[in-house]
Amino acid sequence: MRKNSGFVRGLIQGIPIGLGYLSVSFGFGIMAIRAGLSVMEASLISLTNLTSAGQAAGVDVIASHGSLLEMALVQLTINIRYALMALSLSQKLDGSFTLPHRLLAAYGITDEIFGVCIAETEKLRPTFMYGIICISTTGWVLGTFLGAAAGEILPPSVTAALGIVLYGMFIAIIIPPSRKEKSVLCVVLAAAALSCICHYLLPALSSGFAVILCALAASVFGALVFPREEAEE
Amino acid sequence: MSIAIYIVVMAGVTYLIRVLPFAFFRRKITSRFLRSFLYYIPYAVLSAMTIPAIFYSTGNMVTSIVGTAVALVLAYFNLPLIVVALAASLGAWITGLFF
Repeated sequence: MRKNSGFVRGLIQGIPIGLGYLSVSFGFGIMAIRAGLSVMEASLISLTNLTSAGQAAGVDVIASHGSLLEMALVQLTINIRYALMALSLSQKLDGSFTLPHRLLAAYGITDEIFGVCIAETEKLRPTFMYGIICISTTGWVLGTFLGAAAGEILPPSVTAALGIVLYGMFIAIIIPPSRKEKSVLCVVLAAAALSCICHYLLPALSSGFAVILCALAASVFGALVFPREEAEE
Repeated sequence: MSIAIYIVVMAGVTYLIRVLPFAFFRRKITSRFLRSFLYYIPYAVLSAMTIPAIFYSTGNMVTSIVGTAVALVLAYFNLPLIVVALAASLGAWITGLFF
């Protein structure tokens, strides 16, 4: 029973991600059409990239006829945080996570999916990750398609309120451990404070780069001031 | 230039960033500093992404703050992710009917 529930449990855990993606990618679809892409192209970008900030920046590069090198560097800068997340996740993979599974599941490492995986108390199994990835990707690609094809479907009051869904989920991930451990609370507060400084005092800094800087600084601070014991893992 | 080539480069770079550390890093990390750092990174990333962006997430600061408050309270009491996320959105939507 426990063994077979991985995929379904992943699907259920991924529902808020799928819903959030549906509304966020809806906006991306509209944006891509405005930049001159077709519905097919916009949907294809969402299917192959599965990332919000990187895609939005990528569409800008396409619209301004930038070089392929510029495209590669923009993606590298904005998405490099996934390498940190992938590294972190690689430390909590179950023994059943063989190379083919790793090659496949790596496709689905996003901020939100990473967050849900990290919140798991046990080792990660491929089926669990596939469940989350399936529902998330469906929401992401479907939202892009609908946004691109239909323009507006939901009333503005609903799409506006849906804008907070993903952030609400982030809060649900970071609050319980912050309550339990003073060290996590300090890191979370440090990252939030740095992020506010970047946002209000350094508006020229792109948001993707700001997240990298704040997270690195707050985590180095945490690792230096609150080093963790072996047994705590 | 063909849009297809742009999409291939975009998707290729993004996939490599994800797959290289995920698939080919097999050793257990022994450095205490590095292990602590990796433990804190996700919380720091999510926190930096959420604050202050959440206050602008609905396009209306009042409804965003109400939604944030709802999320904080429910998360404090350990409610499931989807409950916290949707309640925050519902709180923002209801507030939006008045402001």
